[in-house]
Amino acid sequence: MADALIVVALLLVAASATAAVAQRDPARQALVLSFMGVLLAALFTVLQAPDVGLSQLAVGSALTPLLIMLSVRKVRRRGRARKEPE
Amino acid sequence: MNRLRLWLLAVGGAGLAALLVAACLDLPGFGGDRHPYGDRAVHASLLRHTANTVASVNFDQRAYDTLGEMSILFAAVLGCVVLLRQARDEHRAPPEPAGVARPVRRYALLVLPVALVTGLYVIAHGQLSPGGGFQGGVVAATALHLLYLGADYGALERVRPLGVYETTDALATGAYLVLGLAPVLAGTAFLANTLLPYGTFNTLSSGGTVPLLNAAIGMEVASAAVVLLAHFLDQAVEIEEEHGS
Repeated sequence: MADALIVVALLLVAASATAAVAQRDPARQALVLSFMGVLLAALFTVLQAPDVGLSQLAVGSALTPLLIMLSVRKVRRRGRARKEPE
Repeated sequence: MNRLRLWLLAVGGAGLAALLVAACLDLPGFGGDRHPYGDRAVHASLLRHTANTVASVNFDQRAYDTLGEMSILFAAVLGCVVLLRQARDEHRAPPEPAGVARPVRRYALLVLPVALVTGLYVIAHGQLSPGGGFQGGVVAATALHLLYLGADYGALERVRPLGVYETTDALATGAYLVLGLAPVLAGTAFLANTLLPYGTFNTLSSGGTVPLLNAAIGMEVASAAVVLLAHFLDQAVEIEEEHGS
């Protein structure tokens, strides 16, 4: 039973990681990454490492995607500002 | 030159791969029932009345490693602050308040206090249950930023005096060092958990210096995350390049 759970969690993580790589738009990639972070946290919890799971949940699915989104916004804004004066 | 670089990469990669394969061949089987290191760590953490063995490893048996990790975070955030500061050819334009959809506002303002208390709870119970200063600190820091989603950037800036968080970051880093040096003055080793009584097992005050080091890490991580996000937000929302240049 526990083994089946581990296999399912591993497969879900592999599928979402592939989706994150296949997605080319950085803003959407951040969302997929956040979703993958939740699945990875579930995998760590299934593997009896709840401490690592909590870290993953906080950093991988909240902090990192937020930083990526903010960077994307900055880059797009700069692109717009460059075009305007012309 | 490029060719040389490629060769160097190939040699390094091949070496790393060979070492990894050799290491993996020597690993114990997946999910086995013999954990020599785990048994010893649990034994040591029970001797010091620390219910969460992972906290005991982080803040007692391997407290020196945690000092290194904390310094890495501190240095990384310091580097980001220097890189993302306002440059001479940039100026600040306070963002206009934007409308927020009603459900988003309601949800964000409802979840904010819950998430904040959850973060503080995870920090406070680090020595008893899964979690600890790092996890709780990140949760508490990100919870604060729900105010940006639910209201606007001005509201977030009002509840987030940046100077206070920068000072707290440095103070918490110093507190960890002082807690490590105190046993040296008392005649034992750096970061040795010998100063305080170990207390009653499975209570908030158990584990000697573990809860104190855990709290220092919680403060450090929470303020480091707030400072880091603040500089990213400043760049994304407020700071603009001069058009004339």
